[in-house]
Amino acid sequence: MRKIFTLLKVQYSNMLEYRVEIALWAVSGIIPFFMLNIWTNNNLNEEININNTMLSRYFLSAFFVRQFSVVWVVFSFEEDALLGKLSPYIIQPLNPFFRYFTQHIAEQITRFPFALIIAIFFFLFNPESIWFPNLIFLFLSFISTFLSFLIQFLIQSVIACLCFWTEKASSIERLFFIPTLFLSGLLAPVASFPNYVKSWIYFTPFPYLIDFPANLLSGNKTNISEGFIMQIFWILLLFPLFTKLWHEGTKKYTAMGS
Amino acid sequence: MNKNKYLAVYAKFLHTSLASELEYKTNIIIDAITAMLSLVGSIFLLSIFFQNTGNIGGWNFEQALIIQGIYTVLNGVTNTWFNPNLREIVRHVREGTLDFVLLKPVDSQFFISLKKISPSGFLEILLGVCLMFYCIKINQIQLSFNFLILCLITITCSICILYSLWFFISTTTIWFVKTWNATEVLRSFLYIGRFPISSFSFSLRLFFSIIIPIAFITTIPSEVLLGFSQLWKIILEICITLIFLITSRRFWLFALKYYSSASS
Repeated sequence: MRKIFTLLKVQYSNMLEYRVEIALWAVSGIIPFFMLNIWTNNNLNEEININNTMLSRYFLSAFFVRQFSVVWVVFSFEEDALLGKLSPYIIQPLNPFFRYFTQHIAEQITRFPFALIIAIFFFLFNPESIWFPNLIFLFLSFISTFLSFLIQFLIQSVIACLCFWTEKASSIERLFFIPTLFLSGLLAPVASFPNYVKSWIYFTPFPYLIDFPANLLSGNKTNISEGFIMQIFWILLLFPLFTKLWHEGTKKYTAMGS
Repeated sequence: MNKNKYLAVYAKFLHTSLASELEYKTNIIIDAITAMLSLVGSIFLLSIFFQNTGNIGGWNFEQALIIQGIYTVLNGVTNTWFNPNLREIVRHVREGTLDFVLLKPVDSQFFISLKKISPSGFLEILLGVCLMFYCIKINQIQLSFNFLILCLITITCSICILYSLWFFISTTTIWFVKTWNATEVLRSFLYIGRFPISSFSFSLRLFFSIIIPIAFITTIPSEVLLGFSQLWKIILEICITLIFLITSRRFWLFALKYYSSASS
């Protein structure tokens, strides 16, 4: 535990070095707001029974959830594996993924003020959508965002482990990102999806990545217990898969560049 | 400027970068699947918008599909040419290897923006063109020679504007060193090029026509294809293209004055 704490402190000061960069990352996440603009500007939301205010809250929440569940472990891992930087990390008595994990958490802490600034701007333009979720829901959505982050982190770690076999795993990640983008609720709430998609989508991990936490935060209706159960289910499914791949992979690892 | 020399150099660029890209064959297949899925995804999103309404910003589904086609082509061009080269510029500046580029007896902008090519974008271009032909069929557009010329001109202009935008951002590397994130911002802005500009509110429309001319990049070529574009819009697009190309060139030459080599 102390190790993690130390790593977190190191990574946080590391991240503070790159404030501008993180600010730009935060800005690049504003796609949900463009989508909101299309929805409300064309009155598309009347049919799905979500009024303008609720929809704008939904998209703002989606923006927040996305900001705090962005994962890029594949890209760091691939670079480290290709350049042979991974070798010293593997020798250390600490799984290198802890290093990446704390890196992500530290980045999220640095990111928080920027996300808040963007939210304030959003409220300036849409004053009618200001709301404060009650503490229970705030807490629940915080938990579910963290679980969503964990799911994505595990998925990407599984993909990253494929680096041991294919060298370039980031293209697999880009492939996987497409369904995440379109099905997670970042661009359109899952409630608006046609029925033939809704019938199976709740069995996939995607709606629990953004739609579920965003609904919790924005106060739109959602099935709370089912959401949490599914999130935990996916984590329990992915974690053993990751540890297995990691053990298999490190055996195969051939320390490039050394 | 010796045209033949540049053509010969470009042929060498093509050869070397294709050879190195083909090292990762499975990657190319995965990228191809990604391109297809991403097109399916954006059509899916479009169909969600249209499931309860006949038109968005005055465009019906069949017409909006044309914008998707053009966006896909442009995205393919970005992935094939702009993106890999841009990554190189950032690397050149960070590691100080830009010196070697500047010392070469070819134009530095030429070298830096055409050095690399990534074949995975080709399929996207192909998909986009197929989608456009399909749209021409379902919208019952009469093809004529003049009309095709106009389409080509506007699409070429779009590519030039897009190139200038990317090149602008990569030029800022010389001061800020890490612009990788700035391109992500541009990428997310470009995302709205998938939809007709008239479907956004007035303030966003203004922003995307004046500050970042995304409105011109996809909407005008689509309007030309559908045959309801006015002449002044086309002329305006050509003017904007020229302005962008010239300023991005000027900006590059200006930035080079501030380049202080990293290793020496």
